[in-house]
Amino acid sequence: MKIRRSIKDPRGESLLFRRRAAAAFVLILLGLCLLLVRFAYLQVAHHEEFVTRSQNNRVKPRAIPPARGLIYDRNGVLLADNVPAFRLEVVPEQVKDMPALLEQLGHVVPLDRDDLDAFHKQLRQSRRFESVPLKLRLTEDEIDRFAVNRWRFPGVDVVPYLTRRYPLGAMFAHVVGYVGRIDADDVDRLDPVRYKGTSHVGRSGIERSYEDMLHGTPGYELLEVNADGRTQRVLETHAPKPGKNLYLSIDMRLQKAAEEAFAGRPGAAVAIDPRNGQVLAMVSVPTFDPNLFVNGISQADYSALTNDPEKPLYNRALRGVYPPGSTVKPLVGLAGLESGLRTPQDTVVSTGVFYIPGQARGYRDDQRGGVGRVDLAGAIEQSVNTYFYKLALDMGIDKLSAYMAEFGFGKPTGIDLIGESAGVLPSREWKAANSRQPWYPGETVIAGIGQGFWAVTPLQLGHAIATFAGHGIPYTPRLVMATRDGVNAPLQPLANPPSGPSVIRKPADWDAVNLGMERVMYGERGTGRTLVAGFPYRLAGKSGTAERYSRTTNAYDDRSNLAYLASRNRAWFEVYAPADNPQIAVAVLLESGAWGASSAGPIARQILDAWLASHGGVIPDAERLPVSNAAPASAPAEVPNDEPVEDIPAQATSSGDTP
Amino acid sequence: MIEVLYARGRRFLRRILTRPRIDLPLALGLFVLAIAGLVTLYSAGDANLSLVGGQAGRFVLGAGLLLLVSRIPPSVLRSWTPWLYGGSTALLVVVAILGEGRGSIRWLDLGFMRFQPSELLKLTMPMMVAWYLHPRQLPPGWKDIAVVGLLIAIPAGLIAEQPDLGTAVLVTAAGAFALFLSGMAWWRIGLLVGAVAGMIPVGWHFLHQYQRDRVLTLLNPESDPLGNGWHIIQSQIAVGSGGVFGKGWQHSTQSRLDFLPEHTTDFIFAVFSEEFGLIGVCALVALYAFIIGRCLWIAMEARDTYSRLLAGAIGMSFFVYVFVNGGMVAGMLPVVGVPMPMISYGGTSAVSLLTGFGVLMSIHANRKTHL
Repeated sequence: MKIRRSIKDPRGESLLFRRRAAAAFVLILLGLCLLLVRFAYLQVAHHEEFVTRSQNNRVKPRAIPPARGLIYDRNGVLLADNVPAFRLEVVPEQVKDMPALLEQLGHVVPLDRDDLDAFHKQLRQSRRFESVPLKLRLTEDEIDRFAVNRWRFPGVDVVPYLTRRYPLGAMFAHVVGYVGRIDADDVDRLDPVRYKGTSHVGRSGIERSYEDMLHGTPGYELLEVNADGRTQRVLETHAPKPGKNLYLSIDMRLQKAAEEAFAGRPGAAVAIDPRNGQVLAMVSVPTFDPNLFVNGISQADYSALTNDPEKPLYNRALRGVYPPGSTVKPLVGLAGLESGLRTPQDTVVSTGVFYIPGQARGYRDDQRGGVGRVDLAGAIEQSVNTYFYKLALDMGIDKLSAYMAEFGFGKPTGIDLIGESAGVLPSREWKAANSRQPWYPGETVIAGIGQGFWAVTPLQLGHAIATFAGHGIPYTPRLVMATRDGVNAPLQPLANPPSGPSVIRKPADWDAVNLGMERVMYGERGTGRTLVAGFPYRLAGKSGTAERYSRTTNAYDDRSNLAYLASRNRAWFEVYAPADNPQIAVAVLLESGAWGASSAGPIARQILDAWLASHGGVIPDAERLPVSNAAPASAPAEVPNDEPVEDIPAQATSSGDTP
Repeated sequence: MIEVLYARGRRFLRRILTRPRIDLPLALGLFVLAIAGLVTLYSAGDANLSLVGGQAGRFVLGAGLLLLVSRIPPSVLRSWTPWLYGGSTALLVVVAILGEGRGSIRWLDLGFMRFQPSELLKLTMPMMVAWYLHPRQLPPGWKDIAVVGLLIAIPAGLIAEQPDLGTAVLVTAAGAFALFLSGMAWWRIGLLVGAVAGMIPVGWHFLHQYQRDRVLTLLNPESDPLGNGWHIIQSQIAVGSGGVFGKGWQHSTQSRLDFLPEHTTDFIFAVFSEEFGLIGVCALVALYAFIIGRCLWIAMEARDTYSRLLAGAIGMSFFVYVFVNGGMVAGMLPVVGVPMPMISYGGTSAVSLLTGFGVLMSIHANRKTHL
């Protein structure tokens, strides 16, 4: 019996199946009957009611897109605006012969390739009774000419709409960004209810990262339509809620001064308020006109921008990575003090060449024969490589990179923009992940002067110097300072609390490094001493000249080969003011600058001048210096040849060109 | 070599065309259904002939696949089954990985066409369950039920995760029907159904917000006049205003004035109901009942357990399509993306349905010689 039970019984199974199939069919019939009962309920019992509703069904909801929030600078200068514009729309249903119509229409309103391509693309995707935009942003002339000829073109109409305009154009292209028409990819990504009726979405910059706030909530209106589905009148309107207006912390005057100071030379500058992380200026040169992108950029304009060797679309401040060079020396010096390896009075003798004990390879100073014995302040003032070579070697790469990480190197600053580069902070872990070779002591040595693998974005350096200037309190850089719901609503500041306690443990260490940075600007042999003339508050700064690639000759640099140097070097300058109560920190990078102080320094000074002017020449809570009015504020004086250039025999660096 | 292959291919093709191994009543039912679908589509699609032509093309493609599959004996299908099931589940995993972080992804882009792996599971799922139960002692015990449950849950979970609730329901139902037909004891069914019902509050937790919204708006459609509620209200108006006799072909105001969304795809049955009334609905439902009944009849005549379970499950899942779509159109069930078979516009659904009927034809051709 037991064995029989485990053998399959085809007859029994067949019978079992028949019973099951019969049961299934009965259940299915019951289900279908239930369905029919429901249909009978709707179609017989409630027939009259639904007939009435169907006849009265002349009301259709239509979404009203919200007005996009406006963007202002910190003083209320308009940076992104909505302006009424007119576009030509065609209802395909009402056109008998589309090619002929477009041909005829082309004589009245010029239609170019891009217009027609976009039109045909949308035509395929939309229904026959929905109007399709043919040409955006009609000029007044075109509107007039069309109005006269309108009778010839049934189904074509001029329709008003709101479009985005950037009144200051290129100046804020890399900060504010731009909006673009919603495309097929966006349709999948965006909430269909919130974006009903909206044609544009933030593509880059603030427009993109604050899309949620700027967009607003759509409203809807109930339209009465006739038997053909055409609108007769509006029955009810539920107004949309416009997006929030944004106030940037950027001051347009500083931004303008910064952009003009570059005079078109590729580079980037960032100014940050060390007291709160607010970005006061952020430029990347060259730049582009964001207005081109709003209603679809033409192929010709786009290829002109992408084929430009200076890459105007590339946001150097946010994404460009460059070796920081000497600009990090003050922070390396600070690490020496904080770690207890150095006191401010400890000295090092610069002989012109530094050797790792037991190794034959020399690491050069900038001046033949060296500058002799220097302490920390002197080493910062004259940018003495040997001091920092030795310090880095004594400290070891692990400590050095851990300390530098506290100033934000090697990771995105977290600014409220999308697409920031992380840069590279040299460390054993980084090298292990990116190379098969072990860490060499020589790499520690050159890390001490900001060369080697080290790479930073101008924003990162600005953030680091602002963190230092603010006595080590780290604030995440922020571009948007406040929001406002409407013209009459109160300004709502966006809080930006510090991301942690001060990264400087002993206030005396700050004072010692600050002294060195002041001597850069005021010392007898300071590299930035030509930049302070006429500025009524104390400055503290540091220049940097980083090499894009290793030198090929053994010659010391002098003034006879400026053009060669400019092609080879990145010029940096960082500065904060007033040194006794820092309220602005600036980092400037010039992609092709011969010397940090003489090339990038004047740009930083012009930003400071604009900042001072924006305060009416008086900075609160800071000591005012006696100034002779005769000195021209920002003229780059003849620069003597004493700007040190870091020398790196071992390491080639040219990380600045790759995005 | 090539000539031999060519000759073989020609012979195979000629056999398909001259001696098709099809069940005439079922083929006739499907043909009538296809015609009804095209006629409705012509009206619902604003007399757009290219729409109707495209759909007819898919029917022809589906019919071709039907004839092809009908030549494959069930024993061969059975030996392929684990591979087919494993392959289609693997494709689901690929879709899940590709779709990572991109919202809802159901498609695999093959370059020349886009292809939805979950569609395959509608067929391979009942095949797999039938394959597993075929050699076992029936009715199945708890152990076999648990294994079948796992076979169903893995792909169904992947599909629900996409998220595509409608297809997940269809795939689960197809597998569950095979289990039901295998003779699973009634008390076990009762116990399982009770347990699942008890799990509903937990399952609610795992639904996407938009899926919850759809269920909630079913209870109160007026709460969301711009979104899901709009579908439900307008669909019921269309059905109800059709009355007993309907407004007549091409006289659906709801569809023509664009009040009814998706009126060529998921909501085409509302257009049908509006134009042909309760009489039309009854006729169409009777046609569906006939097709399902014929499927079960073929299943009863089948030679072995595998064929029986597979044929029965395919027929019963056809019912799920009709019930879920009809219920949705009539405002009885939430809005899920389940098409009305052979009536809704859409490629993969029609093609995969007809392929499934090809399997039925093959089972019919290999039926028991006498009863």
